[in-house]
Amino acid sequence: MTDQLRGKSAIVGTGHAGFGEAHGLTSFDVMAQSALAALGDAGLKLSDVDGLFCTMMEDSMPALMAAEYLGIQPRFIDGTMSGGSSFVNYLTSATMALDAGLCDVALIVYGSNQRTASGKLVTASRPPAYEAPYNPRYPISGYAMAAARHMHEYGTTREQLADVAVAARAWARHNPEAFERGPLTREDVLGARMVGDPLTVRDCCLVTDGGGAIVLVRADRARDFPKPPVYVLGSAAQSAHRQISQMKDFTVTAARESGKRAFAAAGVSPGDIQAVELYDAFTINTILFLEDLGFCAKGEGGAFVEGGRIAPDGVLPVNTNGGGLSCVHPGMYGIFTVIEAARQIRGDAPGIQLNDIDVALAHGNGGVLSSQVTAILGSQATL
Amino acid sequence: MPNTKGPDQIFQRALAEQEILLPKCDDCGAFHFFPRVLCPHCHGTAISWQRASGKGRVHTTTVVRRKLERGGDYNVCMVELEEGVRMMSRVEGIAPGDVVIDMAVTAFVGEAEDAPIVLFRPAKV
Repeated sequence: MTDQLRGKSAIVGTGHAGFGEAHGLTSFDVMAQSALAALGDAGLKLSDVDGLFCTMMEDSMPALMAAEYLGIQPRFIDGTMSGGSSFVNYLTSATMALDAGLCDVALIVYGSNQRTASGKLVTASRPPAYEAPYNPRYPISGYAMAAARHMHEYGTTREQLADVAVAARAWARHNPEAFERGPLTREDVLGARMVGDPLTVRDCCLVTDGGGAIVLVRADRARDFPKPPVYVLGSAAQSAHRQISQMKDFTVTAARESGKRAFAAAGVSPGDIQAVELYDAFTINTILFLEDLGFCAKGEGGAFVEGGRIAPDGVLPVNTNGGGLSCVHPGMYGIFTVIEAARQIRGDAPGIQLNDIDVALAHGNGGVLSSQVTAILGSQATL
Repeated sequence: MPNTKGPDQIFQRALAEQEILLPKCDDCGAFHFFPRVLCPHCHGTAISWQRASGKGRVHTTTVVRRKLERGGDYNVCMVELEEGVRMMSRVEGIAPGDVVIDMAVTAFVGEAEDAPIVLFRPAKV
């Protein structure tokens, strides 16, 4: 997205459904309930939706399946599948489609029942041929190897990784929507079951059910809805690889490029961001993305997150809903980074509501650090 | 074997004969992995094959924790070959947790589910 699109679209509705365990519901049921919640939030109906942006874990024609289930015939669809970053990426395509008049009401939506259905990651994606014989556990082995390399090159410690999970939990403890709200200490994380060295089960995101949805319209009518509009100031993507074995530098992600372009499009810098919502599939993600997005220098992410610096009352509010580590993680978490950023700006965050938030960042990650998408959202005051 | 022209087939067939071949671009001279019909560096399409030296270093590593009754823990790592390419693999002959970054390793052709695969063992000092 270039700065020509700055502020051209606005989020006027957000919704979610099926957080935690959605017993008896399919992924598409949860998707539809999320859509209804977001449309209700915007004061709109399903029949108003003429642009649909959706991907699902278990189907290769997800946007068509979703439209059919919802009983709509949208004139614009995007089902681009870049993993969990897809839903942040749709902010770009939805803004383009709205701006070009290809649709008037854009619905971004996702749902999953992976916790109650199987208890593990469900995916239609095939294991890559040159990795499969070694049985890496997807996706953790990839992230574990990125963490190991970061520790090797920069001296990042398991304690610092643990502090990411502890901070996420500290936010989640205030969020009634969060799945895990019990106390969590650094020692709890370090002493938890090792899953893929150096990551324990508490360094890993949750496996929950849940869905989310976002409604966007053109900026010129964004003030005609019940909730304060949240504008898309900039969004940008960078695709690096698909397989972890093709990652060029295990300590640097494509967030460096996506972030740079999103900041340029929005006309802001990291110092202007008041709330940071990152896709924290594993604790190493938060460290990598804080570095690559420019909140700290490469290699300093460990020190940056240490001892509650990204927890409530810390230096920088990061993952204020509790993130994928403690709030919700239904296979793909990306859409929830946007929802939490939008709610912080609107002033109706479910957990700790920060004061006077005008600019927030949502960052989606897809695959195994494969796709990075950064979006910067702003209030009416930022236009 | 007829039609062994595709890059994947050439690699797999050599492996079946205990030989590790690496694709190398005639235009820019760089190796790449996995095998494909073009060079991912310069996008040239003239690809030759060279026998790998077998020398490499562990670039990064993890232990996949698995219950003992299901076979126990095992290593998954990325090895950087002397030729400049990296491949996912496993270091055998030592405990999975003893595989460390920068460790010198040597390739050999092993087996997984009746198919030949590239594996590594610690290099002899």
